[in-house]
Amino acid sequence: MSRTAKRLRYVLKRLLQAIPIVLMIVVVNFFLLHMAEGDAVDVLAGEAGSATPEYMAELRAKFGLDQPLPVQLFVYLKNVLSFDLGYSFRHEMPVLELVMDRFWPTLLLMVSTILLAVGFGIVLGLLAATGLNTWRDTLISIFALVTYATPLFWVGLMFIVIFALNLGWFPTSGMKNVAAFNDTWSWANIKDVAHHLVLPTITLSLFYLALYTRLMRASMLEQAGMDYVTTARAKGLTENRIMFVHVLRNALLPVVTMAGVQVGALIGGSVIVESVFAWPGLGMLAFEALFARDLNLLLGIFLLSALLVVAVNLVVDIIYSSLDPRIEVS
Amino acid sequence: MVQFWRLFRRNRSAVLGLVILGLVILMAATAHLIFPDDPFRLAGRSMSPPGENGFLLGSDSLGRDVAAGIAHGAKTSLLIGLMATLVAVGLGTLMGGLAGYYGGLIDDILMRVTEMFQTIPSFVFAILLVAIMKPSIESIVIAIAVVSWPAVARLVRGEFLSLRGREFVQACHTLGMSDARIILREILPNCLSPIIVIGSLMVATAILIESGLAFLGLGDPNIMSWGFQIGAGRTLLRSAWWVCTFPGIAILITVLAINLVGEGLNDALNPRLRERT
Amino acid sequence: MSAPLLEIRDLHVALPAGSERPYAVEAVNADLAPNEILCIVGESGSGKSLMSRAVMGLLPKPHVHVAKGSIRFGEEDLVTIPDARLRQIRGSDISMIFQEPMTALNPVMTIGDQIDEVFRFHEKMSRRERRERAIGLLDDVHLPDPAASMRAYPHELSGGQRQRAMIAMALALDPKILIADEPTTALDVTTQAQILKLIKEMQEKHDTGVLFITHDFGVVADIADRVAVMQGGQMVEAGTAAEVLNNPQHPYTQRLIEAVPSLTPRPPRVQAAKPVLEVKNLTKTFRSGGGFLGFGGEERIVHAAKDVTLELRHGETLGIVGESGSGKSTVARCIVRLIEAEEGKILLGDTDLRPLGRAAMRPHRARIQMVFQDPFASLNPRTKVGAIISQGPIIQGVPREEAEAKTRELLKVVGLDERAYDRYPHEFSGGQRQRIGIARALVLGPDVLVADEPVSALDVSIQAQILRLLDEIRERMTLSMIFITHDLRVAAQVCDRLAVMRYGEVVETGPTAEIFRDPRHEYTRALLAAVPGKDWRAG
Repeated sequence: MSRTAKRLRYVLKRLLQAIPIVLMIVVVNFFLLHMAEGDAVDVLAGEAGSATPEYMAELRAKFGLDQPLPVQLFVYLKNVLSFDLGYSFRHEMPVLELVMDRFWPTLLLMVSTILLAVGFGIVLGLLAATGLNTWRDTLISIFALVTYATPLFWVGLMFIVIFALNLGWFPTSGMKNVAAFNDTWSWANIKDVAHHLVLPTITLSLFYLALYTRLMRASMLEQAGMDYVTTARAKGLTENRIMFVHVLRNALLPVVTMAGVQVGALIGGSVIVESVFAWPGLGMLAFEALFARDLNLLLGIFLLSALLVVAVNLVVDIIYSSLDPRIEVS
Repeated sequence: MVQFWRLFRRNRSAVLGLVILGLVILMAATAHLIFPDDPFRLAGRSMSPPGENGFLLGSDSLGRDVAAGIAHGAKTSLLIGLMATLVAVGLGTLMGGLAGYYGGLIDDILMRVTEMFQTIPSFVFAILLVAIMKPSIESIVIAIAVVSWPAVARLVRGEFLSLRGREFVQACHTLGMSDARIILREILPNCLSPIIVIGSLMVATAILIESGLAFLGLGDPNIMSWGFQIGAGRTLLRSAWWVCTFPGIAILITVLAINLVGEGLNDALNPRLRERT
Repeated sequence: MSAPLLEIRDLHVALPAGSERPYAVEAVNADLAPNEILCIVGESGSGKSLMSRAVMGLLPKPHVHVAKGSIRFGEEDLVTIPDARLRQIRGSDISMIFQEPMTALNPVMTIGDQIDEVFRFHEKMSRRERRERAIGLLDDVHLPDPAASMRAYPHELSGGQRQRAMIAMALALDPKILIADEPTTALDVTTQAQILKLIKEMQEKHDTGVLFITHDFGVVADIADRVAVMQGGQMVEAGTAAEVLNNPQHPYTQRLIEAVPSLTPRPPRVQAAKPVLEVKNLTKTFRSGGGFLGFGGEERIVHAAKDVTLELRHGETLGIVGESGSGKSTVARCIVRLIEAEEGKILLGDTDLRPLGRAAMRPHRARIQMVFQDPFASLNPRTKVGAIISQGPIIQGVPREEAEAKTRELLKVVGLDERAYDRYPHEFSGGQRQRIGIARALVLGPDVLVADEPVSALDVSIQAQILRLLDEIRERMTLSMIFITHDLRVAAQVCDRLAVMRYGEVVETGPTAEIFRDPRHEYTRALLAAVPGKDWRAG
């Protein structure tokens, strides 16, 4: 079998492996919903002010809660597969519409964060590993250690105090100025969004930057002790060539894997960062839903974000398969 | 034990971490002596800057003492961090151990479950769990444990998988030893080191998750916590920077100290890594 | 003899403070002439490997470094020349091959790219020229389809092919000196013979001086022009191959050579006709990949044991020999029920062990015991030696005091101090640990002992001691033994009868002497022909 075919099979295999996981997530989602829904009936009934047993029963029938559990699960699965995520009574809109509206800002924030965190993490880790035990290494290691221990929301708030309130370099919140042009792709609009994007991206990426820096450093050091490095030295290659060609490519593999694994955590972090900076994405929506006790919406966000992780992981797998020729072994 | 301490001591930053952690624990243990009053109580003039009106670290918009909040919050953070970790490590070790030792279907199921947990955004999941169960110490501990155990399970599974093929375990089989005894007496003692290390680092993560939950308003409403303080102070960013700043520093220092101790444990317990650098 | 290529004078390689000894290599003098193979022989820890690395400037600095002495190469001293000049020499004038070709090659680079680097860094050549030279090299080392091998990644080649690629890379620029650090130790015996032949062929073709590091006197006999023997960092004896191998002067060399098992089979013992253990039509298949939840592409099926039939007679030692992947270890593990065989019978006396459940198997465990290969992995590092040995009888229901007394007695039998009882395994050397492993098996008083490569992880002098111990015990306790080994020299000295395995099948069985004299199966003939140093009559 040719190598391209093997790569294709690997990616396809990973795609197939994601299916049972997505199904499992939907089922978990259903049970969470089930735990929460009685609650929703109580809340709605309480708010309507007419909590008569008849009205409660009517509401239950409306949600399908009078059906046996397996039937409810089946209906839920069917709904999800036809992209029906239910109805948000707060916003009086289908959940899917709401969620899709807020999907793009989150994707923008995530992509810029991943690029920043992975990119700088690799560079810093490389700088630390190549200058082992020098001031450069010490400085980078301390930076990574401290940012690794800092709560995201606190960094966000401190950035707002320093860079937005005191220095006035960046806006405190939102995605664009209210007065900005409505034309999405105009230059001014793009610049405006980018301006708003800076602080949230840096905030969200700091923790992951620390993670990838530490990982990259450790990975470089581990690879530098391998036998093939001795071989490369025995061939008379320069230390630069050994580091940047032989060691680097091998050391990148665990970092790329980790980048995929961390996407889920990144979405979790975006809930906090978006709510700090009022970035109008899924995280902000989740924060609002939380306050409004709109669990239907919260679960919809949860499901969509899980799907987003699956998608990003697939991209990571494709990148990984081009870096490691041994994929079919593992 | 003596040898372990000698190895641990060689890592100076780990010793520093241990000292800081000791101080935080001391602060948590003596919070009710230094600040005997309820930290939610109105203690004096609101919005006092640090050092004024008898407030060491200032007061918030309701006149609550920030310093008292930090001292009492330490108790909450350490307690939740420790309890969530114990539950997660216990559950993870049990599941990972069984999956790694027996393999087969149990292993297949566990691997799919941990993969699922790697796919769902764990912090969002924790938010959901706490929101559904209603915020309380128990629900927060459960939520953190639920999103943390798969990492332990994966680690323990890997250790068990490699140890069960080791010749000394096979030798036990040829002697006719029972599974329970092999698992508990032969394999488990040999993977305690990585479990201790991951557990210690997990306390730090748990504290971060707890503060994040409390920041979003999902803390136990009856208990003071650092995340709650920051969340309550965020509207005062313009006028009272200290309300948010000091609890954040408390989180940072505590988590940093625990991470340093964890790394020190790793160096001392894992001789293979120690020889590097 | 022409002027030496390499002159090593008074070489001292210092170890970090707090090591067992101050110098890994101490006051070593050696010369290497063009077109000769100098073998450096020694056991583990003799400093032979570090000495070769010192020549290449590949010591793990700064912990280990040359403290004194010189290594003259032409007009230059390799100890003091600047790094930039050393890099020019490495790979072009002096090159090196290693023990484990899998880890010595970069896993994410093609073979072609890895060879190409050597040209790019040392010569000015066009891309096409470099490619042609590389293909020519791969052809020279007899890799099949050189053009395809260029595009291959290391994991796509077999162990022998990888080592060939390594050799091609090392010889790319026609070096004056080739340093080979145990280049065949990780390979099977038939592959080893091919690689040795290749090194010799290449060396003769290019007049290369070869510094060949090995622990195996058989290999030395096959390949060396001159031999230097190292012990504890010092060179205790050096001379031509014939002198050192056939008339060793230093007592250490004499001991080492004496410890090499002879290829002449031992005189056969009186055979009892009654079998204690019969294995009938044993079959074991391993499957990987596939599966419902795995979605793992096509299923891989390995027939580790196919219709294996063996008979162990009372009081004899039956050897199972074969190369890696032959299924010999699988058969051993099936017999002691560590692996479940799918089909066949394992008759111990009148009982068929194969279908027995765990509880039903337990009383039979005492009758059939196993000794393992790796003395470091086969003892629980967190259990004291006394407990390791006595837990067997305790599980079998022997009272604790009695088990303890038996354990102490067994420690004496295997030649260990009684004080070992309260110590942990890490306080013992490899040979001592293997004794502990033997005691653990013997304390149950088994009828049958299954030994899986019990000496292959040990140095040759320790190996001889353990083999002697096993022989004594076998006599004393009238044990019947199944002895798994890949080493035909060991098999010749230990086994009364042999079973030769390949790809999960027994291809030939018979008395050891008969098989050595008149091998029937072509594979047995190939194995015997590949034994290193077979023309050298040792012992």
